[in-house]
Formats: sequence, C-alpha cells, structure tokens
Amino acid sequence: MKGLLYLEDGTAFHGKGIGARATAVGELVFNTSMTGYQKILTDPSYKGQIINMTYPLIGNYGINRTDCESSRIHAFGLVARDVSRHPSNNRSVMTVADWLEGQGVPGVCGVDTRMITKKIRDEGTVKCVISTEGVGPGEARGLCEGASLRQDWMREAGASERTRVDAADGRPRFRVAALDFGIKASITKALSAKGCELHVFPYGSTADEIMSCAPDGIFLSNGPGDPAAAVEGVEAVRGLLGRAPIFGICLGHQLLALALGGRTYKLKYGHRGGNHGVFDSDTGRSAITSQNHGFAVDEQSALACGLDVTHRNLNDGTVEGLRHRSLPAFSVQFHPEASPGPNDSGYLFDRFIRMMEG
Amino acid sequence: MAINKELKKILIIGSGPIIIGQAAEFDYAGTQACKAIREEGIETILVNSNPATIMTDQGIADKVYMEPLTPEALECILERERPDGILAGFGGQTGLNLSMALEEAGVLGRLGVRLLGVNRDSIRRAEDREAFRELMLDIGEPIPRSAVAVNMEQCMAFIGEAGYPVIIRPAYTLGGTGGGIASCDAELELLARRGMENSAIGQILLERSVAGWKEIEYEVIRDAKDNCIIVCGMENFDPVGVHTGDSIVVAPIQTLRDEEYQMLRDASLKIIRSLRIEGGCNIQFALDPLTSEYVVIEVNPRVSRSSALASKAAGYPIAKIAAKIALGYSLDELKNYVTQKTSACFEPTLDYVVVKFPKWPFDKFNTASRRLGTQMKATGEVMSISRTFENALLKAVTSLEVRLDSLRVPSICGLDDAGLADKIDACDDERLFAVTEALRRGASVEGLHERTLIDPWFLNKLDNIVRMERALRENELDSGLLREAEEMGFTDNEILALSGVKREVLQDIRVYNDIFPVYKLVDTCGGEFEAVTPYFYSCFDTEDESRISKRDKILVVGSGPIRIGQGIEFDYCCVQGVWAIKDLGYEAIIINNNPETVSTDFDTSDKLYFEALHTDDVMNVIKKERPVGVVLQLGGQTSLNIAENLSKRGIRILGTKFKAIDLAEDREKLRLLLGEMGIPTPAGFSVTDAAHAFEVVEKLGYPLVVRPSYVIGGRAMQVVYSDAELRKYMEEAVSLSVERPVLIDQYIEGREIDVDAVADGEDILVPGLMEHVERTGVHSGDSISVYPPHTIPAEAEALLVEYTRRIVRELEVVGLVNVQYAWDGGRLYVIEVNPRASRTVPILSKVTGVPMVKLAISAMLGGRLRDSGFGTGLYAKKGLCAVKAPVFSGAKLTDVDVALGPEMRSTGEVLGMDLDFSRAVYKAFLAAGTRIPGSGGFYVGLRGPDRTAAAAEVLRQYVGEGFRLYASEGTSRFMREQGIDAVTLGFDEALREIGEGINGVINVPEVANKPGSDSFDLRRKAIERDLPVLTCMDTAKIFLEAVRMKRIGAPLEYRTLEEYLGC
Repeated sequence: MKGLLYLEDGTAFHGKGIGARATAVGELVFNTSMTGYQKILTDPSYKGQIINMTYPLIGNYGINRTDCESSRIHAFGLVARDVSRHPSNNRSVMTVADWLEGQGVPGVCGVDTRMITKKIRDEGTVKCVISTEGVGPGEARGLCEGASLRQDWMREAGASERTRVDAADGRPRFRVAALDFGIKASITKALSAKGCELHVFPYGSTADEIMSCAPDGIFLSNGPGDPAAAVEGVEAVRGLLGRAPIFGICLGHQLLALALGGRTYKLKYGHRGGNHGVFDSDTGRSAITSQNHGFAVDEQSALACGLDVTHRNLNDGTVEGLRHRSLPAFSVQFHPEASPGPNDSGYLFDRFIRMMEG
Repeated sequence: MAINKELKKILIIGSGPIIIGQAAEFDYAGTQACKAIREEGIETILVNSNPATIMTDQGIADKVYMEPLTPEALECILERERPDGILAGFGGQTGLNLSMALEEAGVLGRLGVRLLGVNRDSIRRAEDREAFRELMLDIGEPIPRSAVAVNMEQCMAFIGEAGYPVIIRPAYTLGGTGGGIASCDAELELLARRGMENSAIGQILLERSVAGWKEIEYEVIRDAKDNCIIVCGMENFDPVGVHTGDSIVVAPIQTLRDEEYQMLRDASLKIIRSLRIEGGCNIQFALDPLTSEYVVIEVNPRVSRSSALASKAAGYPIAKIAAKIALGYSLDELKNYVTQKTSACFEPTLDYVVVKFPKWPFDKFNTASRRLGTQMKATGEVMSISRTFENALLKAVTSLEVRLDSLRVPSICGLDDAGLADKIDACDDERLFAVTEALRRGASVEGLHERTLIDPWFLNKLDNIVRMERALRENELDSGLLREAEEMGFTDNEILALSGVKREVLQDIRVYNDIFPVYKLVDTCGGEFEAVTPYFYSCFDTEDESRISKRDKILVVGSGPIRIGQGIEFDYCCVQGVWAIKDLGYEAIIINNNPETVSTDFDTSDKLYFEALHTDDVMNVIKKERPVGVVLQLGGQTSLNIAENLSKRGIRILGTKFKAIDLAEDREKLRLLLGEMGIPTPAGFSVTDAAHAFEVVEKLGYPLVVRPSYVIGGRAMQVVYSDAELRKYMEEAVSLSVERPVLIDQYIEGREIDVDAVADGEDILVPGLMEHVERTGVHSGDSISVYPPHTIPAEAEALLVEYTRRIVRELEVVGLVNVQYAWDGGRLYVIEVNPRASRTVPILSKVTGVPMVKLAISAMLGGRLRDSGFGTGLYAKKGLCAVKAPVFSGAKLTDVDVALGPEMRSTGEVLGMDLDFSRAVYKAFLAAGTRIPGSGGFYVGLRGPDRTAAAAEVLRQYVGEGFRLYASEGTSRFMREQGIDAVTLGFDEALREIGEGINGVINVPEVANKPGSDSFDLRRKAIERDLPVLTCMDTAKIFLEAVRMKRIGAPLEYRTLEEYLGC
C-alpha cells in the first residue's frame, strides 16, 4: 500500500501506507515523545490533527488494552519513519498497523519525518492530506485546497451526555464537576484516585446545570481546537467563576483565561512532547512536563484580568500556568496527569484538592 | 541560585591511567569540566598522572600537576594551592576514592576545601553496599534480595536463604573488578574470595540473580534546587548478566511502554534526590520482561562511561552541566548548548537510534576467556547513529575494525549446528554473530529468545538483516533493492559479496539513482528548535542538513575505539590537529566513532561527523565536504590504513604521501632502502611458510623476532629461541594473516630509543628522545621509558638525530614520524619507522613544551620549522626528568599474563616527573599504583638466559636493601653460585607464601602468557594480591630506585608542568 503525505505548500512525501485505506485532511503537527504513541493517538485533544512522530521507530512495544486515553483514536492520521511489524512487550496484543486499520485511521511510514518536522518548525503547523488510497499529489492538492479545517472539535471530542466516575476507593471526599472538552482518561483517573467523585458534563452544559450537582470543585478539561471557538464553554466557565474552586488543564486553562477576559493566540507550531521544562514560581523549581497544545494565553491580557502567571515555559517563556488573584481558580497549560510523559507535576492535583478543602 | 561567588580556585582530580573500566571518557569529562569552570573566570588546578590526555595539555586548566594520584601528593598540592573547592566527580572511581580518603583523613576540613558536586555522605550511600541497601529500603525502591559478606560463612548463610545463582560484587571497585555470577559452591568460593580481596574494604555483596531481565540505564542530573532531568535512557541488547560496559547498548530505550519508562524515570529521580547528588548520576535497573517488576541494580554518583555515551548519544554535555551545577548554578539558569536559545532544564529527545558496541582486547589476549559476565573486559567502544536500529548496528560493527563488513563472521558461519548452539550459549563477545547465524539457518526468534533472553524486538531486527542478506543473494540488484540494503546499513563490500555483482555495476546503479547517504543533525530536540552545533551522522533519508561553507576545509580522520596499542594518545593528536587547523584559518572537520573522547565532543571541531572510518564512509564525507586535504597521520594505524584507498581515489593526503607510508610499513622495502643508505637495521626476511622460516634460521640463528606485517601494537609478535617455538608460531601466525607474510628479524639485544620528529620536507625538529628501560624485545608500549635518555652516549644521540633526518628526507616525510632505534652499546639499528603520530607525541609535547602536532599541521600546510620559533634538529634538553610507566589492567582479566614481551598488554600509562631521576622513577611507580615494599621478601625465578652476572648484581642490591630472597630450585642454585643467599621454595610453598612472606616477585619466565604453567599462577596470585611483579631484570633494577626512595622516606615535591618546564 502506498502512502502519501501532501502539505499545503505543495510538498509531497511518498512513503508506505499502513493502517486503514483512507484519506484524511487535517492539521499536521509533530510530537517529540519517544514513548507513548498509543496514549497520544487516543488523546481527544488530537482530534482533527495528523501526527508526525519525531522518534523514528514507532510501535516497538505494540498496542495493549490499557494505555488508552479514550475509547478510540482521535488523531486523523499517523506519520512515522518506521513502524514496527514485530512489537515486543508483555502487554502487547497487536501491531500499530493493525490497530490503525481496525480504527479506520490511515498511516504513512518510510518518509523523512525529521524533514517534515523542520518544515513545520519553519513554516508553522500546516494543512495536509494523508492518504493510503493511491491519491496522487494532484488530487491531494484539490482536497487540501477544498477543505477548511474545523476549529471547534471540542464540541464533540468529549462525552455526549452527563456521566459519573466514582472515587477510586469508593469513598468520595469531594464532588468535582468536570467540563468535558475531550477529557483524557488519565485525568479522570488522577482525580478519582485523589478521592474525587466526578460528574462529567458534556459540551454545551450551562453553569447552572453544572452547579446543580453541588460540586466542591470544578475541573476544566483538555480538548482539541481553538479555544476561542468554544463559545459555550467560555460562557459556562464565566458563569462558574467564584462559585467553586476551579482547576483547568490545557484547553481548560485557556478557557479560564478567556472567561476572565483574557486572550489566546495560536503558537507557530505548538508544544507537543514530554520534555519541556516549566518553571513554577510558587516552588521556585522547574519540572519536566508533558505538553500538547497549539494555542497559548496572552500574558498581558491575563495580567490585566486578575490573573498571575505561576508557570512559565523555560524554552520560549510562554505562559504555562495561571492563578486568579482573588478567586479560587488556577490552571496549567501542560499536563500534570502526564500520560504520556513525566509525572513530575502530579502535585498540582493536590493543590486542587487543598483548594477544595478550603 | 546562581554561581557561588566565593569560589575563586578549584582543583579537579583526573582519573589517572587508562585501565579497563576507566578510560578516555574521563578525559572527555575532565576536559569539559575544566573548560566549564574556567570560562566563569575561576582558576582551575588539575591533577592527573596520565600524560596522554587532552586535559593535561596547556590551555585546558590554568595549572596542571602531572603527579601521582595519591593522597600524599594531593595533600601537598592542596597545601600549596589552597583551592576553595575540589571537584571529585569527574575522575571516575579514582577521583571519588581519593577525595573520600582526603575527606576522611581530615585534610579537606583542615584546609577548608569544600567537596563540590558530591558529598561524603552521598558517595558513601551510593558506594557502600549496605548503606545503599538501607537507603533503597528507606525510600521504598526495590532491590534484589541481598546480603553483605566479609567472610565465607556469611556467604553460605545467604545461599541457604536465597539459593543459586547469585551475583558477587566487591564494594569500592572499578568496572566490577572481581565480580561474577556463581551457580555452585565451588564458583562461589572462588568469586567470593577474590571479591573480598579486590574490595578496598574487604566487603562483597551477594545478590539474588536477576540475570535475563532487561537491563535499563538512566543518566540523571540534579541541581542544588532539586531540579532533576533525565538526559538519556539506554537499553542493553544483552540482558542482565553481562556488564553494561561489555553489552551492546541502545539509546533511547526501545522496548518499554511509556508507563514502564516513567516508572523507572520516577525511581531514578527519587534515588538521585535521596542521594542529594548535585551533578550527574547513572542508575541501572533490571526489569522483568514478563511482569514489569523492577529492581535497582547500581548507582554511580558521578559522571561515568555511560554518561559520556549518553552525552554523545543525546548531544547533551553532561560533564559540562554537572560542573556548572557544582559551581552553584541551577539547571533552569543554564542554556542548552546545542540550540543556544532554549533551556538546559529539559530532557533531550532523540530522532535517531544510537548503538554502542564494546571493543574487546581478545585479539591481544588470546588466552583470556571470552565469556562475558559481570566483570568488564572491553577496553573501549564505538558508537553509531542512524535512523534505524539495523543501520546503526551494522555501522557499529564496521566501526570495530575487526575486518568485518557485516554480521557474517566466517569462523561462526563455518560451525556445525551443535557448535553454533554452543557458541550461542557461551555468551561471549561473538554472541551477536552466532545468534544471527542461527537466524540465517532458520532458527525462530522465539526459540532464540528462550535460549538467550535477548528481547525479541532485537532478534527481529537481526532477522530483518538476515532477510535482506537473502534478498541480495536471491534477487537481481536494482535501485530499489540497493536503496533498501543501504538504508539498512549494508556496506558495499557486503552487497557485492551477497549479490555477486561487480563493483562498477553497483557504482552505476548508485550514481544513476543517486543513492548516497544524507547527513542529519544531532540536536537534542528532535528538530523542534534550530540547532547551532555541527554534529552529524549519515543515513539514507530525503533531506541533507549538512550545509557546506565556502571556507577551505581540512578533514581529520580519527582513531576509532580505544584498544591495546592504540589508546587515548591518538585522540590527543587528533584534537590538537583540529585546533591547529582552526588556528591556521581552515575549517576543521573530524570524522570519528568513539563516544568516549574529546575529539567527538561537539565543540572540538568546526564540524563533527560521527561515522565509521571505512573508506566508503570517509569518501562519502569527502564527497560532501570537498576538503582541500585529508589528515591521516594523527589517528594511529586506523587512519593510516585507509591511506592507500584514498590515495587511489585521488584524494589529497596532507603531509607524508601514501608511497612513503607504504614504504615505511613494508619492512622488506624499508630494509632495502636503509641498506642502500648505509643505515643499519636488524637482518631479516619475510617468509610465507614454515620451510622458508627455517631457511632464515640457518642464516641468522636464534634468538629471532617474528611478527606478521602491518601491525598495531605488536600483535602476535614474539621473540623465539628454539625450533619448537618457531614452528608453533608459524602455525598460529600464518592463519592470522593470510595475505601478508611473516617477518623474521635478527634480535638485537640492547636499549631501545624512541625518536619522535616533526618534519617539514627540509628540516626536522626532534623535541626529545625517550630511552626504554627494558631491553629490546619488550614492546615499546609496555616498557618504562625515560626522558631524557640516561645511558646513551651523546655521540649516539647525535647519530640518532642524523639518521632520523636522513630517513625523513629520503621518505619525504612531512608532519610527524616516529623512529624506533636499538642501541647495542656500539651500533645503532633502525627497528621501525612509523610515518605517523605515536604514543610518545603527547608525552614529549608536554615535557618539552614543543607543540608537536601543531608544528606538524603547520608543516603539512607549507609552514617551515625554522620559522616556528622552536628551531630545528634536537631541541635543547629540559632540566627535568620524566619517566613513563605502563599500567596493566591485570586485575580485570584473570587469565592474562602480566609478563612483558613483544606483544603489548598495557592499557594505559602514567608519567612520573621530577628534577631528580630517582624521584621521577619513584613517582612513576607510585602513579602506576605499584605497591612499593620497603622490606620483606621477594620471590625470584629467572629463565636460563637471564641468569647472568648483571642479574646477580641487581639481586645483590635487593639483599643490600634488606630484602629476603626466595627462589625456585634452578634460580636458587644460580644465586648460590653468585654468593647470594636465597631460600629455596617449591612451587606450592612459593604460592602459599605470596602475600605472606613474599611481597614482591621478580620473575623472567621461559614462556610468557601460558595459563596453567607454574610461574603464570605465581604471577597471577601476586597481581591479585596487588604485589609488584617484575618480569624483566631491567625493570627489577629500576624498581630499586623506587624502593630506595621509599626506604629513606625521600620527601617528594610536586610541581606544575609549567614549573618543570621553567627548570
């Protein structure tokens, strides 16, 4: 099976097709994690995106039944230098190629993924076409030009109805209302492990609906798309401010800023990986973080609407964490739940718990 | 936190001589540390006894003490210099042990010197097995069930609880000296006793064996603020059971799920935090592949061989960052040196695969057991980088310089199935090749996994290589197949051999389809940020990232892995060469594959290609860079070996041309030439079979020196005294070297002198001469040698220089040349001409202050010696005395002899310097770690030819110093005849007395290197008891100088190199 990755600037990468016979148009991003491909592909925040993995050997430990961040693959396609046909791990049940095929997702391998990464680095995230159906560059160009990329995937990345997740030990200490924009299973797990009973609300829930469960705290989840497109989400958060302690991660962090009147902007090519250092001004220390975001909060706008910058990216100085000066609300841009990536920031969940304890 | 402003002066401890388990990586680490500290405006004082290092060169530290690494020397130097702090974590185990000793003796406290980066407590907790165990239990990190033992009863009690197999590790040793795995009482007895002997504190650890689990390593850095990062995770191809120094190691970790990776990462952070290390640390884990259960195996609280590897593998300079942290910086205050913009507080991400392959000395130590276990045996290593594992592995194999272009080893492919199975089970240095051959014969990955416990992921990759071999055999070679084979790392020779096509056809397909490698950048960040460091590797992919400048470029070909006979000194020469090239305004490019070295540091050259040093690889770089010339004379025999191929392809070799190289290396041609010039050489002939050899005996008589042509470090060279010895040699040696003849030379008994010269085509400059202490026949690398010569008459010195000048003129040598002479008391003979850098270049450069490599590079580019300011001819002697002493890794390889002979066995060297000859000798022995007895008994065993009046005189002097002499029957008789008292001992008695009444051995054996012979066992036991073993009467004689110094308690003074040069 032939594989094609066509970029909107006209560059075509011809490789081998794997996974499903399919064609998709999406935003091409790269991820620098050396492990964790299964969690990455099932992370709802990647909805609408085609992921180019910078590490060349993907699929070494296969696909297992446990390492999923949701029930399915959300990414629109996978690009890798080499995908292992013979995975090796005690939990592996299938190859990446078989999994992609079963999930209807196309993959392309055998292409110069470093060159692709550098193109994204130099030109910014680009629109692209991935195809394993024998689509040629000409046809791909038509598809690419004809498609407009959706920015509001958070509307459908998460749960479609209200659900409940019990505290891990069955003894709930806190009731947390989670606004689901595409929440990762690891976040649910982390909160539940801390004794939270989660009431998960689908996109579009209003502040009053959410408050009806009488939560001790409110969690704003991660999710895909442009935060500015989450109009109802921002509206709901605005209605929740001050009514219970709020903790936001990733998209949730951006929505908190927007709800308070801040601004977000698109980064040239985002942060996706598990190796960025982030400075925490509360502890005076830095931690290595798991990252997955294409947008960031504008610092000046955040400062102007009552927020303090608590975390900062050591590489580019962008805002990685905010806390409101008077309201019980804080958020981080990176992923304290890791998955994949380092567990160094798990202490932030405790911060949320302490906030709920008052 | 920022830099501690109170630090104005810091002392750095080097690692001393190279031994197995402690090699060039500490020159790399120490050099980085010196540079990192010096650039902060802090005065750096370096102490290191190893003269072959870059770190001891002028311009790296502010002051260099090339003095013994002993507590006494260090104390005097500390008194003299009064530094504010001492950096102990950069000199390997030597540095750590030394600083612990100084701390415990209260020296550091008394002088107000702070230990930087490590503290006594963290060293103790990481190194003392019991303390480490307690710490791990405290923080809840799993460790294998274990017990500490100081006697056999404790060992047996543990076996009663845990059963076999059990791992034995001595506390406080290098590279696992004396460790092993025992499966029965007898093995336990042997290993446990040896371990207790080897341990500095007589302590061993017994441990439940987790052999067969995955072995995983993490390189961790922590700062005083408690920020921690992982620089690189590495996975061993060989499961637990093979020392990581002897394992094929892959970076990054390949077969762990993210959760497993993070589990071990979390554990690593917890451990480094609990040890409160400020700097680098290496942590090794074993992971059960079936259950993901893990245990912590080992922690090294300092930079190590693994950290050098991780630095090169990830592009992250661990030693440099660790040094900055020791000064007080925190990680988030430092920048990533590769991108210059982003933070050093991040974790490198690789977008390639790195394979490290060990280089073993079994070609030299043919009696050594090749089985790999917990005791490291490799002397060096190569590293390769590519985009696939297969390619990286094949590159690594070709980088080893064992005449392999592939995984097909003829001797293994020739085994029958049972032999192959045995070979796989033998778990030796060739297991990779045996396993691959089994796959070739149709063995299943599952079956081989069960047999070897090598992860199926790796085995499947080997199977991919085997499939490609088959494809090349069975299909017609076309562009598609060629590209696939190249992507997988197949060499041209292997493709030709398998496909059967002609080289021209291959070239045509390659050229018409443009199948050439591209070069990619090592940038720490997977391409996320723009990088400024020019560190490249080849692969077959789309985009080439190596941008070619418009400047004139010169390519330096490096020396590859450290091995016996070709050590760190050639890396010294390459680095000096690169710096000289830069100084002259050219772009300096280096190609090399040794991750331990300074030459492969990303800021040494203008551009670094991390590649194999085969003609193909070098030509690809040349094709890409189009240098104005290539320097081959600095990388030892490795680079010189490709001179012919490059020359044939019309590449401009700077300095001495290939024709002259060939002439010098071809002893027959050289002999003829020297004969015509009227310069004496030992008579000799080259023969291709035994019959010819005996014809030569007719003409020359015994003793004779026999050797194969084209050699490194005297491989398979021997002095033979009888027909039987000669016959045996011919049988063994001829199979060693099929295309090249065996050389038989007359043996000249006398003194050897090394002459190293720089030549510019007109003049020569000889910075100094080095005279060997041991007579001819002892390999120059293993002999003690002395600057300036102390027994050679001045006329002979003048003649040496004159001969050298004439040879250089005749051969049109430009650059460096090393000529070895023998002086038999009346006549000078040329023994060898090496038209390249030699082992003695760094020593002479340092003791004379003449920058030899720099002058050589200048000469290659047209500079004149007479304009250099150093003059021509023999350079004026300095007022100092320098004694080079070899250092053997005798304790590591238990089945290798320590007797001196024409075959080189030493792994490293030290220099003793003083104004006084005897004191310089004393310092050299101290630096080499030789225990110098002041009283007691010596065992003496001399072979027939050495029972001479001169030998008797030496023995009389030992008696005169108060030593009791013991001797074997024959030697005893000889001594009585000479009027020397000796106690006659039978072999068993002698063996028993070693370490008891006998605390030194003078033994010149009939046959060296024959395990099982009586004297071999005596020597071994003495070595294992850390007693001096002197196997040549000349060594025994000079050793007396050290003994006398010790007996009179001669006070030693320690000076900087600069002070010596000013004397």
